[in-house]
Amino acid sequence: MTYQFDFGVLLPYWPQFLHACLLTLWLAATAVVCGFVIGIATVLARRSGMAVLRAVALSYIEVIRNTPFLVQVFFIFFGLPTIGISFTPWTAAFIALSLNCGAFSAEIIRGGVDSIPRGQFEAGAALGLTPLQVFRYIVLKPALRIIYPALSGQFILALLTTSIVSSISAEELTSTAQLIDSDLFRSFEIYIVATLLYFALSMIFSFIFKGIDRAFFSYPIK
Amino acid sequence: MIRDFGLLEVLSILQGMWTTLALSAVAFIGGGVFGTLVALARTSAWKWLRALAGAYIDFFQGTPMLMQLFLVYYGLPVFGYHVSAWTAVSIGLTFHASAFLGEIWRGGIQAVPKGQSEAASALGLGYISRMRDVVLPQAVKLSFAPTIGFLVQLIKGTSLAAIIGFVELSRSAQIAASTTYKPLIAYGLAAACYFAICFPLSRLSARYERRFATNT
Repeated sequence: MTYQFDFGVLLPYWPQFLHACLLTLWLAATAVVCGFVIGIATVLARRSGMAVLRAVALSYIEVIRNTPFLVQVFFIFFGLPTIGISFTPWTAAFIALSLNCGAFSAEIIRGGVDSIPRGQFEAGAALGLTPLQVFRYIVLKPALRIIYPALSGQFILALLTTSIVSSISAEELTSTAQLIDSDLFRSFEIYIVATLLYFALSMIFSFIFKGIDRAFFSYPIK
Repeated sequence: MIRDFGLLEVLSILQGMWTTLALSAVAFIGGGVFGTLVALARTSAWKWLRALAGAYIDFFQGTPMLMQLFLVYYGLPVFGYHVSAWTAVSIGLTFHASAFLGEIWRGGIQAVPKGQSEAASALGLGYISRMRDVVLPQAVKLSFAPTIGFLVQLIKGTSLAAIIGFVELSRSAQIAASTTYKPLIAYGLAAACYFAICFPLSRLSARYERRFATNT
């Protein structure tokens, strides 16, 4: 092997890498939170009495879940401007990731809601609560406890998915790595560093989430 | 010159869909072969082998698929292997799939009641026969739904090959979009193609999941 590894040249770039990690976390966090809200709305729409709402919610979930994120990003960033709706790369990335997380969250949340016994909905209704109140006061909390592991997994997945938005040059870890690559032409070293940074982020967060799980959601609930 | 979005574009996107199917099949079969080894390593009697397989799985589940593809694509030439984008992408996706399938099938293997492999041992079956004839057939059945679920993820994941310039469904849509300046139609068509492949698989997976849920 004749290739000489040189990680030293990357040292001066550590502030960029650090900044990019924070941006990646920020994008993932905002999109997951926004996706969670979309997810709740979608679950409510799927349970609504109006057939149109149910159909819209179901099509949204199925279309997002059965098409690649890359195509969704391209559709939003390159496609929508031709009908007069244009975004900056960052906004397009945020919208695409939120919509993506929304569909997956909706399925996770639905799983949690389905795990609540029917009798509790009926009891709530019998007490004169509106469906929204039943959801807010009776269903949401225990359901949250059940779906917590899947939801925290969703954050890690979103964190890893953000790398795809580098394809529209939204400024995050992967596109920062690509920028540095165009300075240094040390692709292999740069992507090793970027990969290890992603790995460190996902390990740190899965550790934190496990801690939260033990602290708040660990007592038997079934 | 800007072309119209015509039959030629539709045909090239369909051609890309075919490449996507071929790439998915290669990655799924390659990933299946290595994934079996990963699953066996993960459930082995040796602690170091279990730890090794665990680290392998953690790495692939804890890093972006795009980075994995980049590492293979930029890494192979460093080690003296100058391969085509097709080969690089197939290798990257195979690694990726082997880790995820390994983890899914580990779950399947561990879900087979312990008494099964104990009974097989008691009957004098060796490791290979015990796994091949007793445990794995049941494990495969148990993990059928998540396996198909992962196949959908994998098919969608092949779109990342477009980023390193490999011409499959997403890339051919990208090309059609830039030559005709009709990105909405091009990406819409690509999305429809992916949907046509993935939706039936998702339904199949969901149906098996329900069937399994009612069996237990």
